Amino acid sequence: MANQGPAYYSPYPAATYEGVITPPEGKALLLEDVVDEETAMREVARVMLTSENATIFPGPQVLYGWNEEAKKKATLIKEMADVLNAKMIPMYDYRPKYPKIDAEVEINPNHPNLTIWHNNIKAAIFIGVHCHYANVALKIVRAETDCYTIAICGLSGHEDAMATLRDQHSHELEKFIKIAKEVKAELGK
Amino acid sequence: MSKITDMTKTHNWSGQKLVSIDHMLFEAPRTKHFMTGSEVLKEAVKRATVDASVSYPITPQSEAAHLIGELWAEGYVGVYFRGENEFGVMSEVAGCSMAGARTITTTSGPGTLRAMENFAQWSGTRAPMQLVLMARGINSPLTIQPDNLEVQYLLETGCMIWYAENVQELFDMSLAAFTVAEQPDVHVPIITAVDGFFVSHTREAVELPEDDIALHPYDPYAAPLPPIDSEMPPGRFLRDPFVMKSNYISYATHASWQWEIRSAVERSKRYARHLLKGLVHVTGNEDAEIAFVTCGTASNQAKEGQRELEKLGIKSKVIKLRTIRPFPEEELEEALKGVKHVFVPEFNVVGWLANEVKAKLYGKVDVNIHAGPRVAGGMSLPAEAIIQEVMEVVNPGKGA
Repeated sequence: MANQGPAYYSPYPAATYEGVITPPEGKALLLEDVVDEETAMREVARVMLTSENATIFPGPQVLYGWNEEAKKKATLIKEMADVLNAKMIPMYDYRPKYPKIDAEVEINPNHPNLTIWHNNIKAAIFIGVHCHYANVALKIVRAETDCYTIAICGLSGHEDAMATLRDQHSHELEKFIKIAKEVKAELGK
Repeated sequence: MSKITDMTKTHNWSGQKLVSIDHMLFEAPRTKHFMTGSEVLKEAVKRATVDASVSYPITPQSEAAHLIGELWAEGYVGVYFRGENEFGVMSEVAGCSMAGARTITTTSGPGTLRAMENFAQWSGTRAPMQLVLMARGINSPLTIQPDNLEVQYLLETGCMIWYAENVQELFDMSLAAFTVAEQPDVHVPIITAVDGFFVSHTREAVELPEDDIALHPYDPYAAPLPPIDSEMPPGRFLRDPFVMKSNYISYATHASWQWEIRSAVERSKRYARHLLKGLVHVTGNEDAEIAFVTCGTASNQAKEGQRELEKLGIKSKVIKLRTIRPFPEEELEEALKGVKHVFVPEFNVVGWLANEVKAKLYGKVDVNIHAGPRVAGGMSLPAEAIIQEVMEVVNPGKGA
């Protein structure tokens, strides 16, 4: 468990303490390496298409139609799930869930590992999650599971994910879907 | 009085043209003025499109707080009021910031300690407000003299801490501070510290851009947390905190939360490097074997000591730390190449900066770190004291 990522095993790892920081504008992050955005998109598509129970975790910023961009992104995420043969488990809100989380139908940033364990998820995309909650969830997932995590972020990205794409808006999602279709064809999926 | 609804894409509610932080700090023409630290802070706030400020009087920051109040009366600050005490002020500042307002406050000495619980709460809620700390003594018997022991109490609150040497740095830093604190991948509170009286009450030459420009407003929708509504999801975590529950997994969340806040402080480095033109400033002889590691006005005194040592044929250099949190380890290690003796002059009795330097450099560089000279309780730190400390090490038994 927890054998992926730059901090290796640590109860609660933090990539910044291993010298890994969010990628600069126009670039992406694959583990410790800063790479071109397209390179990262191809690797993300490959991992999602070849991992067991690949899942997309959409967050409140794309689940609720609070602006036109959110609505457009939500539509594209659904298309992305179809292309990647991925399930979708939403992160509706950020409250801790008591007395217990229903791991089949939702994920929560305070105990995201429960959802990943229960569904045996080996690769996951976090998208539309407010950055602080994404970072907390990604740290716990890296510490407690062997899931390959991917952050598709509208702002500066997340060094605690194994793959980070930053400044991702609907235009970039359209580009990713196009690349994912190419990778899917190459893999014969 | 202007209203927040007067804001346009090009001008803020007081009619100032909105500009980038790079334009404000590096491109806009500047003219020379002669001002105290308190006055120059007013000038910075005037150009910062500040939504809210809360104040409570305590020496030596009272004047700065008062001057920010004048800005409200002049229509440059959206909301201004006096809190019931420093604890109340820091709580109210948190409320303003969490509601999405660019917020600033000031305090000093015992006021800092009265408000202490709030600083950890600020960082825990990822609210990017700014505290300008005009440091003074905190001990009994009561003192209002210059002393920066209180900074030690703030080191592990999760807030960023920058330290300005003089009024010019206070102006530039307090504008840059908002920008760095509000970056989505940083988004933690920032404490801009100066030594009380030495900076707050000393009139110096300062270069200022014109006051018809101001920073773009804060965008709370680029925050890593949603602007807080403590009753409604998704921002209900304050009302329903995970640590209050006995759920077996809550330790994971709380531990990760704390790591994440400290990660955010580390992420601030690249922005601060750009806007402060480096996390450390080095002056003196590049190939010196003696270095002073300093912050605040101790830097100024160390530079005086460095110049006097040069006259004696002894090469030294001053490495001024401009950020304490994040601590600039990499830059300090680089600046210490070839150095054999490090001295840490300070204005406090415990030597917190020397402790920091020792902890961060342990096992990394082969230098002798001398925790001194230091003075406390309002004493000045003359160059003679610095020279004497150095001579007792490099010329043992013979003194200066």
